Amino acid sequence: MNMRTVKDTIMKMLIFLSAFITIGILVWIIGFVVTRGIKHINLAFLFTFPKGDEGGIFPYIMNTLYMILLSLSIATPIGVLAAIYLVEYTNSHPVVKFIVRVIRFATESLAGIPSIIFGLFGMLFFVIILGLSWSLLSGALTLSIMVLPTIIRTTEEALKAVPSSFREASLGLGASKLRTVYKAILPSAIPGILTGVILSVGRVVGETAAVIFTAGSAVNLMKNLSTSGRTLSVHMYILAKEGISFDMAYATATILLIIVFVINLSTNMLAKRLNKAV
Amino acid sequence: MSYQNHVIKDVIKFENSESDTSMEGKEAIVKIAKLDKPNKRRELTEKIIEAIFMLCALTAVICVATITIFIFWEGGPAIFEIGLSNFIMGTEWEPLADIFGILPMILGSLYATALAIAFGVPIGILGAVFLAEIAPVWLQRIVRPAVELLAGIPSVIYGFFGLIIIVPMLSDQFGGAGNSLLAASIIPTVISISETSIRAVPKEYKEGSLAMGASHIQTIFKVIIPSAKSGILAAVILGIGRAIGETMAVILVAGNSPLIPESLTDKVRTLTGNIALEMGYAYGLHQEALFATGVILFVFIMGLNLTLNLVTHKAGE
Repeated sequence: MNMRTVKDTIMKMLIFLSAFITIGILVWIIGFVVTRGIKHINLAFLFTFPKGDEGGIFPYIMNTLYMILLSLSIATPIGVLAAIYLVEYTNSHPVVKFIVRVIRFATESLAGIPSIIFGLFGMLFFVIILGLSWSLLSGALTLSIMVLPTIIRTTEEALKAVPSSFREASLGLGASKLRTVYKAILPSAIPGILTGVILSVGRVVGETAAVIFTAGSAVNLMKNLSTSGRTLSVHMYILAKEGISFDMAYATATILLIIVFVINLSTNMLAKRLNKAV
Repeated sequence: MSYQNHVIKDVIKFENSESDTSMEGKEAIVKIAKLDKPNKRRELTEKIIEAIFMLCALTAVICVATITIFIFWEGGPAIFEIGLSNFIMGTEWEPLADIFGILPMILGSLYATALAIAFGVPIGILGAVFLAEIAPVWLQRIVRPAVELLAGIPSVIYGFFGLIIIVPMLSDQFGGAGNSLLAASIIPTVISISETSIRAVPKEYKEGSLAMGASHIQTIFKVIIPSAKSGILAAVILGIGRAIGETMAVILVAGNSPLIPESLTDKVRTLTGNIALEMGYAYGLHQEALFATGVILFVFIMGLNLTLNLVTHKAGE
């Protein structure tokens, strides 16, 4: 065996080791959390209100759902329309080109801003300056800014993947630009847009730092836009931080992992359909 | 518009011409052509809709501008009041005594990030090599969703896991906090972006190298990775951004004492942790100092974003 084979074998082992470590971390985290959490999950846990350190997590599940619905109904239209502008309406005019560059840079920057900064900003702007106080609305507005880049980027990719023959055919038949976008391009881009929306759901579900300073951490069910309440992740953080009840923390973590798993499964299925369609 | 004018001119020419088409045929053609005359209202609608689309696209710009302005507006005065050098070089953080120095937190963030990069980047790049070059398709079908799942796990769960497993483990062995957890959370980012850039390397490079007698492994490390280096650099920068910005996982495992860390296993408090831990009850100058911490963090991140922008633009060329 010469030097080269030895070197190659060592590198190959390191590559396998890296892949193994990555998978190992995943299996370890999931296995550890789920085996301890699953036995505490039952209908009562999911559908009753908390009583002190015990009881269910029903309000937190509902709060998370409200947060998802509200933030995405703000971010999705804006993000999709923004992407349509970036892909369909831009031309090589220098002013337009400059605007597009600025928008691209802003979107990338927005994607890179850490969630704690969003939390700070949301607290300052929505909670204090606009006087919305710690509430569902403040939280959802903050989160909608946070997920905007995800929606813009995935929609852009989806629009770019629509063959240009669709556009040409529609315009050639005399349809207006708007009609072309609405009738010919958007329908073929729907699975891609949906992927972006589902990815955003994942971010909203997993977010803690931005939510805790804008929606607060009150132990109640959000009844309207201006009530404060904690989401599942915030609840999870408080359980872990205060060390109140590890059983409940394992169970909540398991619920979160199940949600993440379902989200990943559905994006993968959508991606598969998308690949088949093209 | 000009196209439609041409059509109208053509129609008028046709109407007045002495062509052989029968009178009825002529009338019919003119009728059809005139139906297509420019519709002012339709054009106006199109313009308005385009403006709305553009406004939506500008939302991202407005958001970034607003965030920047408000964070600086709230944190800037505190930096002046405390003094920039006192603030970023100060080694003591005692809000009750109005002493605000964030050097320990800056170092804490840098240490934690450096550790995360030291472990996370090599594993991430080699993991990407595995997915793009080594693994057979059936294995890719298992590993790739697993990496995506790892990326989707909320950071609070990483933190909880670290708190229960890694912290006691490291305390037993080294007597310190488990801030290496960050490595795990950046691996998926590094893997997915590096894999994309490795796959984008032209096949000819690989074929050329193999044809010259290099082994597959040599080709990977001497040809493929160097060609993909700007994409891999982008992956590393994104990983750094993620590690610096990570908050909740770090708070749960890093110990959070505002002292300058002296060894790898010392407790650290990061910039993000400093903000999140005290924001709930701070007021007055203390609160402003936390926003000022946000300003410093923001400057770090924007620097990274600019670098990333340069790197990806270079890669685009």
